[in-house]
Amino acid sequence: MAQLAHTTIVALSSAPGKAGVGVVRVSGPRVRFVLETVAGLIPQPRVATLRQLVDADGEAIDRALVLFFAAPASFTGEDVAEFHVHGSRAILARMLAVLTALPDVRLAEAGEFTRRAFEAGKLDLAAVEGLADLIDSETEWQRQQALRQMDGALGTLTLAWRATLIEAMSLLAAELDFSDEGDVSGPLQQQALDLATDALASLKSALGSFAMGERIREGFVVVLAGPPNAGKSSLLNALARRDVAIVSPIAGTTRDTLEVRLDLAGIPVILIDTAGLRDSDDPIEAEGVRRARALVERADLVLGLRSIDSDPYRIENEANLLAVATKSDLAGEVLPGERAISIKTGEGLAELLADIVGRIQGLSSGEPALLTRERHRIAVADAIAALERAVTARHGQGELLAEDIRMAVVALERLVGRIDVEDVLDRLFAGFCIGK
Amino acid sequence: MSTHRQQYDVIVVGGGHAGAEAAAAAARYGARTALVTHKPETIGVMSCNPAIGGLGKGHLVREIDALDGIMARAADLGGIQFRMLNRRKGPAVRGPRAQADRKLYRQAVQELLAAQANLDIVAGEVFDLEVEAGRVVGVILADGRRFATGTVVLTTGTFLRGLIHIGEKRIPAGRVDEAPSLGLSATLERHGFPLGRLKTGTPPRLDGCSIDWAALEMQPGDEPPEPFSALTSAITNPQISCGITRTTLASHDLIRANLHRAPMFSGQIEGRGPRYCPSIEDKVGRFGDRDGHQIFLEPEGLDDDTVYPNGISTSLPEDVQLDLLKTIPGLEGAAMLRPGYAIEYDFVDPRALRNTLETRAIAGLFLAGQINGTTGYEEAGAQGLLAGLNAARMAGGVEAAVFDRTQSYIGVLVDDLVTHGVTEPYRMFTSRAEFRLSLRVDNADERLTPLGLQLGVVGSARQAAFETRNSDISSLRDRLKALSLTPQQAQAVGLQLNHDGLRRSAYQILSYPDVGFEQLASVWPELNDYAAPVVARVTADAVYAVYLDRQAAEIQAYRRDQSLKVPADLDLDTISGLSNELKLKLAAQRPADLAQAGRIEGMTPAALTLLAAHARKSRTLALSTGSP
Repeated sequence: MAQLAHTTIVALSSAPGKAGVGVVRVSGPRVRFVLETVAGLIPQPRVATLRQLVDADGEAIDRALVLFFAAPASFTGEDVAEFHVHGSRAILARMLAVLTALPDVRLAEAGEFTRRAFEAGKLDLAAVEGLADLIDSETEWQRQQALRQMDGALGTLTLAWRATLIEAMSLLAAELDFSDEGDVSGPLQQQALDLATDALASLKSALGSFAMGERIREGFVVVLAGPPNAGKSSLLNALARRDVAIVSPIAGTTRDTLEVRLDLAGIPVILIDTAGLRDSDDPIEAEGVRRARALVERADLVLGLRSIDSDPYRIENEANLLAVATKSDLAGEVLPGERAISIKTGEGLAELLADIVGRIQGLSSGEPALLTRERHRIAVADAIAALERAVTARHGQGELLAEDIRMAVVALERLVGRIDVEDVLDRLFAGFCIGK
Repeated sequence: MSTHRQQYDVIVVGGGHAGAEAAAAAARYGARTALVTHKPETIGVMSCNPAIGGLGKGHLVREIDALDGIMARAADLGGIQFRMLNRRKGPAVRGPRAQADRKLYRQAVQELLAAQANLDIVAGEVFDLEVEAGRVVGVILADGRRFATGTVVLTTGTFLRGLIHIGEKRIPAGRVDEAPSLGLSATLERHGFPLGRLKTGTPPRLDGCSIDWAALEMQPGDEPPEPFSALTSAITNPQISCGITRTTLASHDLIRANLHRAPMFSGQIEGRGPRYCPSIEDKVGRFGDRDGHQIFLEPEGLDDDTVYPNGISTSLPEDVQLDLLKTIPGLEGAAMLRPGYAIEYDFVDPRALRNTLETRAIAGLFLAGQINGTTGYEEAGAQGLLAGLNAARMAGGVEAAVFDRTQSYIGVLVDDLVTHGVTEPYRMFTSRAEFRLSLRVDNADERLTPLGLQLGVVGSARQAAFETRNSDISSLRDRLKALSLTPQQAQAVGLQLNHDGLRRSAYQILSYPDVGFEQLASVWPELNDYAAPVVARVTADAVYAVYLDRQAAEIQAYRRDQSLKVPADLDLDTISGLSNELKLKLAAQRPADLAQAGRIEGMTPAALTLLAAHARKSRTLALSTGSP
């Protein structure tokens, strides 16, 4: 992180896409250099100045309003510049390319502006993660999960694991620190190993619940697949417009051509139209496509669409496929296992929704998920790795066994109580959007 | 104020193990130092068991030595049996221990102090401190003498309102036959220091001539004995063996029948005793199903017949102690020279101290040793060294030294004390050090001597010895990394490696649990050029290499948190979102940095995050206004 603090970051701070004005924000020690290079001067702080922007070779980019905020009186506490350029994709892409080509200037990571603001004491962070989730929760399942987490289901279990491991460590401490007193006896190392083995089994089972917890937090991924003109976009739009499916109002999360977030009977769903997945030179759109592709790879359900008057559509993964014949108002044959729908007449849409909800409910074992964040998963996985080293090592050296178990405890302590603050911050701010 | 008053930079009160190290360290630093004690002839007295070192404690002794302190050298001069405990376990948990001849040890301490420049030994009882505007300015002795000074190190051990218990008998005393210190207790109370009460105990002392040694198992020391100090080339004292015996069921019955007469159980003692060094009545009470508890019979000197029966610390009445001896094999006819006793004493809640061991309440006043709630000579000596050094640095107008947990057991000790306080007498264990694998007795000098040089507490003889050894270590390590074998070549010389065709360095091969250094030395005879301690040192690093790499990230994270200082004047009320409970804890403990704050009980991730933000904010402000 120390290195991050010394670099200058840049990002598009307004919503991506075509707009009247686009705001590109820069923060860090090289802001003055950036201003001199592209705007030819450092404007008076806090005074909007109209300038011709040029790249490093003097080539014009755009005429723009330029704002300068001198440290510490800025959003991040560092020197900050804002370029209000014309909001065309071409200009925004050019701006980002020119700025990031300057030495020690790079694109901001997700949440990095906010993080810098926080570190400079500009923001007051009074919300713990569970509380943040509660505020953010869009659906009933998410709300319940966040509540459970605040109630400390994970905390309680972590404390139990920790207690078991600390007991193991104390047995080893007896062997290592009291061996001279003659009153320590018995197979202490073996007892410690047994305890570590118990904790390991329980940790592994908790890790198994992670995938479900993450889905509830982030949404189940439902992908619309099928040949062109199968009616993917129409279905997406139709689902998004229905009363039962509330489109998420959160700005910045929706790339309208690609995905919508829906609440289907309380289940958070990310619906992705693969028609939107195309190669693009536009860096912003390319980032959207990259993310959508990553989501498709972990699809929970694939809606395989074909127009009822076309050939049957083939998809490889049968297990999570829901076959749909669209345009049922046209002439054609419904194949076994297919759900026939018509956007035009509304036929079959309610049934399709019920199918989707049923399939997703079928994915859930009904057991509440304990690990819901990537941070939880990493901590538990680290603890598992350390304990596996402990139980498989055959060196018979108590201090190494104790060290492995201690590493497992340290990993768990990142979940509750003693923690590595920096790791928490990294994770927390990664949850913010880029440029915010 | 008289202009004729004797003026010192540092005054150390007390001549125990903390006081001796404190005075020596302050004087080594170059401060004009006085050690004031009731009886100068008792400086360096071992008031409890006649031994130095042990598990965890041996680490402290080596660290004191690495900082040029006196305890290790005195132990080498006074030692009459040396053993490396946990020899069969890994290098990180081995602990050197020596039985000491009480008289030789005491003489050694006194001679080392006598040879120390800048140091006066003053006989007298410090009765009160002179404090002006929150700063210590002098000390007042019971006989009316006054000394002016900018810094005072209090190392009064168990003398603060000490109260000895032998059965129903109660005797106010600091040690047997020595008066307690009452004046200073009142002084500390007057200045608002939070005092608590602890207890500790000793066993009866026996006449060695009356012990049936022939009936006992004898335990000899290591041959050759390994010295504590890097400056000792060989141990010259004759070496003795200790006897081993056990309590019997008859002993336990006798103790149970008399438990009501033990002050521990009758409620006569209020102070809390250590769980790990329990009295024999405590052991019988808690582990009643055992058929016996081990007792080490430790001779107290070469020309002294007194024997210290380690393992039967007790405060039972004298007549019960006598009967108890009759139930123990080998001790049936033993004559008791002095009964065992328990002692209760005041201690200062160490959370009243900074991690420099200076008190928060009075500038220039430092506390070290049992007064801070610790037990043991080694723990006392380690604190004494740090307090003495910091008092001297303060007198010289230089920033105080702080030792951290990643670097030394001294750092672990001080951090534990000032962060968590104590609920029982605090003793060092290796398990207290999270970075145990890198804090070893074999590398104490490498960890601390360069730091000590920088801090001004290490002399030139030590520096020369360190540099020689360090260059040997580097040379051996480099050689081991340069030498290598293929699996085929290894098999030819009798070493089993995976047949993966990979060439491995001798250093890597040394890390395998079933490969010893001797085997490598038989392949490459040039490795025989190195002294045993150098070999042990490099082997330990090789054995732990994988683990040390893994710990490096954790150490880095710790240092990062530690580098984030919590400003002393941070107004906690300005931090919104912090619970009142945590505000109170933070206000009471005033963590110096984020790493310390993280170890406060009940600290939550959210609170720590807020604290981090505010700590960063004030750092940013400090930077932007140009202050350091």
